[in-house]
Amino acid sequence: MSEDFNNNKTIQAQSSETISGGGSGITPDMDYVRPAEVGEQDLYHGHSFITKWIFCQDAKVIGVQYFLLATFTGIIGLILSWLMRLQLGFPGLAPFMTAEHYYQFVTMHGMIMVVYFLTALFLGGFGNYLIPLMVGARDMVFPYLNMVSFWSFFVAVAVLLASFFVPGGPTGSGWTLYPPQAILEGTPGSGWGIMLMCISLILFVAGFTMGGLNYLITVLQARTRGMTLMRMPLTVWGIFTATVLAMLAFPALLVGALMMSLDNVLGTSFFMPTILKAGEVLEYGGGSPILFQHLFWFFGHPEVYIVALPAFGIISDLISVHARKNIFGYRMMVWAIVGIGALSFFVWAHHMYVSGMNPWFGFFFATTTLIIAVPTAMKVYNWILTLWRGNIRLNTVMLWCLGFIVTFVNGGITGIFLGNVSVDVPLSDTYFVIAHFHMVMGIAPLMVIMGAVYHWFPLVAGRFLDEKLGKWHFWLTFLGAYSIYFPMHYLGFIGVPRRYFEMYDSPYVTSAVGMNEFISLAAFIVGAAQFILIYNIIKTLKTGKPAGHNPWQACSLEWLTPTVPPEHGNWGDRLPIVHRWAYDYSVPGAKEDFITQTTPPSEVAHTKVEKT
Amino acid sequence: MHVGIIFFLVILGSVLFHIFTPWYWTDVASNWGGMDDTITLTFWIGGGVFIAVCLFMIYCVFKFSYKKERKAEYKPEDKKLEKILTWATTLGVAALLAPGLIIWNQYVNVPKNAIEIDVMAWQWGWQYRLPGEDGKLGTTKVVNINDNNPFGINLDDPFGNDDVMIQSDVINLENNRPVKILLRSVDVLHNWYVPQFRAKMDAVPGIVTYYWFEPNKTGEFEVLCAEYCGVGHYAMRGGVEVQDKQDYDNWLQEQETFSDLIAKQKILENEKTKLAKK
Repeated sequence: MSEDFNNNKTIQAQSSETISGGGSGITPDMDYVRPAEVGEQDLYHGHSFITKWIFCQDAKVIGVQYFLLATFTGIIGLILSWLMRLQLGFPGLAPFMTAEHYYQFVTMHGMIMVVYFLTALFLGGFGNYLIPLMVGARDMVFPYLNMVSFWSFFVAVAVLLASFFVPGGPTGSGWTLYPPQAILEGTPGSGWGIMLMCISLILFVAGFTMGGLNYLITVLQARTRGMTLMRMPLTVWGIFTATVLAMLAFPALLVGALMMSLDNVLGTSFFMPTILKAGEVLEYGGGSPILFQHLFWFFGHPEVYIVALPAFGIISDLISVHARKNIFGYRMMVWAIVGIGALSFFVWAHHMYVSGMNPWFGFFFATTTLIIAVPTAMKVYNWILTLWRGNIRLNTVMLWCLGFIVTFVNGGITGIFLGNVSVDVPLSDTYFVIAHFHMVMGIAPLMVIMGAVYHWFPLVAGRFLDEKLGKWHFWLTFLGAYSIYFPMHYLGFIGVPRRYFEMYDSPYVTSAVGMNEFISLAAFIVGAAQFILIYNIIKTLKTGKPAGHNPWQACSLEWLTPTVPPEHGNWGDRLPIVHRWAYDYSVPGAKEDFITQTTPPSEVAHTKVEKT
Repeated sequence: MHVGIIFFLVILGSVLFHIFTPWYWTDVASNWGGMDDTITLTFWIGGGVFIAVCLFMIYCVFKFSYKKERKAEYKPEDKKLEKILTWATTLGVAALLAPGLIIWNQYVNVPKNAIEIDVMAWQWGWQYRLPGEDGKLGTTKVVNINDNNPFGINLDDPFGNDDVMIQSDVINLENNRPVKILLRSVDVLHNWYVPQFRAKMDAVPGIVTYYWFEPNKTGEFEVLCAEYCGVGHYAMRGGVEVQDKQDYDNWLQEQETFSDLIAKQKILENEKTKLAKK
């Protein structure tokens, strides 16, 4: 690999000569790459421990910081889910599980997992680490802003967790925070809890906007020479499009949180109609609870894709590398990502079919929702067609990819049930919904995260994670999670409503007791299995097998840095020059089964590369 | 090798679970059997796609596992195949959407002969109001609600006087007669849901929402609140008793109207003032 890099240097020297010399003939014309339009950025180099590792401006370190903090909050979310399952499977076993606590745990679990774990991890974690490396930039374009982004996230998490210790505890209004109940007594944490939740979300959105601007402008402005948009790895496309969605969707959450705070503190009535509480008419009037739901889901639905699109992108790259085959239908994949992103702004009210909004909206939102199924299905076809006639390495990374395909298709198809307005009526607000969204945006993205961790760990730490532990981790997680959520759909068919602290003597749900116990046991095992990864990482950092350069024989730029792990500035003296897309695997006539993005055409002139 | 086998067993297990599951929906007790049919149709098409995709994946795992000497195929695109798949998917999706929309059209259009029922929700309970002989419910306001006027009926609305008031969480319905459920809440969101009827809708404070169904099985059913409404959500139950016309009419006769209540309260007040005078 170091050889390749040396070649790049010479090529770059030659091509600049070509430009100045007007084609003096030293470089073959086929290797010509347009010169860069802007000069290189000056980087801030930290020298002390604090500027290097804490208030750091290197996107890679910020990415790892995001990753660790998101994982930490994710573990809290996991523990909360254990407590919930303890109550649902074995009601009364834990004396501290009151209804108040149960609803607080439900709320915090949901919010933590969706926003503070998945969103932060995909965009803040993978986005920061991978974007500059994959597009051939030295860093994000606004490193200082990037640092502030992480620390805003840090404060947001601190405020969120602080709500466990305030009077009344955290809010127990469900992760959707629907008013009026979110700010009325009768819901746990209706005073301090909901305030801190709103403040934390506002901080998160502010911090996230700083990070998001960085991702967008880095992708648009800081790509290296030859890295056209249609040569970018799909990971970058996924994160880029998700960030565009985030920039448009998070403001709706922001104003929703602000207006609800005003209703709560100043007594405005944005979302509050006339309310009778314990025989007293409250001093509210004229507000609309459904307005909040529109704002929330205008954020909430794109949010699903803010998590899903980076996952789509990453999984495409993982499958391609480990099947030793180009991603099938790259252009279709790009347009599917962009199309899904655009459509995701026109489907939000499918979360509100039975909310009491004008029911005639149902026709429109059912149609848009089912249209989204088409580009999504195309992506699934292209993933499995990438496996077709590939040369599939069945390593841990590939196992997570296969697990992703199964869980994502399963969850996607139950989405067609729920999106199809009249089918949603009997199923909405039941365990079918819980099973659906955990499968499609809980387990499926988790499979991608895990695959990505096993795939890129050798780059970040320079060592391979242990394969044997990885396989145990995968099988326990995949089989366990599938046996949690697949049967759970059937609870929904019976009609068991979600957000029930206990079912006690309901006549037609007593039959569900056995299943609830089974699901809880599976949940304990799956949760515990995640600690295998933590053990694996600690073990690997000490004694893991060194990975060396480009250990997976990948084509994309992040593996082609002069040092592994990449240093601050990523590229040593000279930026790489890109000559092709990121997927030239198993090209007929090539010596190896991959041609890196930096390999100039003249070096592989005898191969049958398609022009990209 | 074992990877493909385990994935295959997962798919096989899913199919077997679906066939032999003891957990399935309750017998439908309303006109919305069409919703069940659409679910079944979605199961066939969606389940078929799920199985096909997974089996294809498993086949690839068996057939194209890594061999050092083999090279993968190099084929960046196949426009024709992509086109066929796009259109086939679009067709499948349309086939699912169409029946869904047809049933939704029935759901939002209430039959003219439906009897209106005012379902009033609060944290945490239900009560019901039926129109009297005039066939119309009186209008209401949250601020009117007090012990003498539990439903908050506007006193100047002539339609309100004969309204039948059921201050209980159980309501009786007439079999085979469509009902239009008018939902309102005095505090937070609720949702009046009977799984056997399939239908549901949120009750939203500040507005009146609706849905309709026609019960077609006599018997007792449990009402569940299906929209999270605070710590008492899980305990917010009610009941429905579906009766034949004769039984239902008898039951209806025994219920109190709003004017009965006002009259009763007047007598009580008079007695109170008499007592006070003594």
